[in-house]
Amino acid sequence: MKRSLSARILFWAAVTVIALVTLFPFYWTVRTALTFPRAVYSHPTAFLPPQLTIGNFERVLGLVDAATSVKLGGSGQTINFFVFLRNSIVVSALITMGQTFFSAAAAYAFARLRFPLNRQIFGFYLSALMVPGIVLLIPNFILIKTLGWLNTYQGIAAPAFLMSPFAVFFMRQFFLGMNKELEEAALVEGAGRVRIFFQIAVPLSMTALTTLAVITFIYSWNDYLWPLLVGRSESVRMLTVALGVFRQQGAQNLPDWAGLMAGTTLAILPTLVLFLALGKRVINSIGFTGFR
Amino acid sequence: MRKARVNARSREIGLALLFILPSLAGFLVFFVAPAARGLYISFTDWNLLTQPKPVGLANYAALLSDQDFWNALKVTVLYVLWNIPLQTVLAIAVALVMSAAAHSSLLKGVILLPWLMPNVVVALLWVWLLDPTIGLINVAVRAFGGPLLPFLSSPSTALPTIAGINIWRYLGYTALLVFAGLQTIPTDVYEAARIDGSNGRQTFWRITLPLLRPVLAFVIVTSVLGSFQIFDTVAVTTKGGPINATKVFNYMIYQQAFERFQMGYATAVSMVLFLILVGVGLLQMKLLRAGEVET
Repeated sequence: MKRSLSARILFWAAVTVIALVTLFPFYWTVRTALTFPRAVYSHPTAFLPPQLTIGNFERVLGLVDAATSVKLGGSGQTINFFVFLRNSIVVSALITMGQTFFSAAAAYAFARLRFPLNRQIFGFYLSALMVPGIVLLIPNFILIKTLGWLNTYQGIAAPAFLMSPFAVFFMRQFFLGMNKELEEAALVEGAGRVRIFFQIAVPLSMTALTTLAVITFIYSWNDYLWPLLVGRSESVRMLTVALGVFRQQGAQNLPDWAGLMAGTTLAILPTLVLFLALGKRVINSIGFTGFR
Repeated sequence: MRKARVNARSREIGLALLFILPSLAGFLVFFVAPAARGLYISFTDWNLLTQPKPVGLANYAALLSDQDFWNALKVTVLYVLWNIPLQTVLAIAVALVMSAAAHSSLLKGVILLPWLMPNVVVALLWVWLLDPTIGLINVAVRAFGGPLLPFLSSPSTALPTIAGINIWRYLGYTALLVFAGLQTIPTDVYEAARIDGSNGRQTFWRITLPLLRPVLAFVIVTSVLGSFQIFDTVAVTTKGGPINATKVFNYMIYQQAFERFQMGYATAVSMVLFLILVGVGLLQMKLLRAGEVET
């Protein structure tokens, strides 16, 4: 179908506006992160970094001592995003591995094994999707506190480690659509279900498992309220929480926008890398997860 | 023979238990138990230091005469109204642009980016761009002789600004859902409309939109329920201010529980929020299904 010239102009104008509005805030963040702190104030509208530097990253990652930090335009206080970056990676990796594995195992049983209350238990899992997070948050906080797990990795990871209703749902759908023949042949050969799960079902569902793992990782990485409640201390503080705290500091001086944007850039990077590598799967999964 | 079958059957049950047990433990400990415990706590007076003291319905009664509660209800509903209609209309527009593109993968990837970022990051990007003194937008507006735009720092503009920030974050995701819905409309329907002489606008109002209805219903119900539970953006940008103008439900509950340590009262409010969400969800599904054409 051939479209008129005006329709094509309209289309490209729309695409340009969408792309600009979406991407510009990211560009402005990176531009600010690469600008010498005082130049952020003296040249607030310069499109390119008016005084290019990577000093902000060195400062917020705690790679330089206090004196150098002041020379780089910082306040001289030690900020250690390196630790926060590590914490975010550890917690998100823990949750991703645990949740993906245990949810896949449960999903396999729901999809393939015959046992009493199969549908009821699965339906029960799904019903949890309707409960607002805040309802569970307070009692879960109290539980973690009672266990003495406040400010520990296991405390932050525990509620999401063993399952999420969404992950079980996602993998069950996948297993239900997977061809059974190979597994049935293996059963006839006398292979046990556990072996079939690990040697046939898991390898065959690698695509779905990777997609789920990416989604779970990004979700854990982005979480704010739960790690804010149970992981305040610096040794386990996650990047999102640290960025919130960082913003509230420095009220006596001018805000350290360059440092804040350097920290923000650090929080953007891992997701960006994952998305560039596996973005297509994430996009395709949205059509799938949208309609049950 | 029969015994063997019974054995195989019970072995399968044992196996299923093995596969399910970790997830079931997680579900019971971190979903079922806290829901029940939350309900119990909402009937007590508890500051975390002493034992919870049962007070019956006192928390729920107190809530009815609490100005903060009614403010939270008003602010949250207003927020949803600022957020959802505009977001849905824009998402439909963007989805139509996507379906007009020959290769939309890059466009999809770009527009999904904000949704993949932490709320905290999204909030900070905009706090910086909207800063009254040296934020790009205000400096640029001033350069052209415009007025100071207070955005997050004025009670009248803070809530719509937060809604705008979240529209920016969720637009791509919502548009992708609508786009997936557009793909389910068979092309011969459009073809038939074209042959009958229908122009672009007529086709959109009489064919695309009605056929998109189930997808739109799903998108609107889920995004309204999500919108009711906004927290992160408020916590990072305004902390409920200025003068309570953005103190939505979740932020109010957070303050009651973790700044004033009124666990009983906070959980009672969370239970009421839960009921409101159930009500809103049911109402929406009824409204969106009303007058549905049987096909």
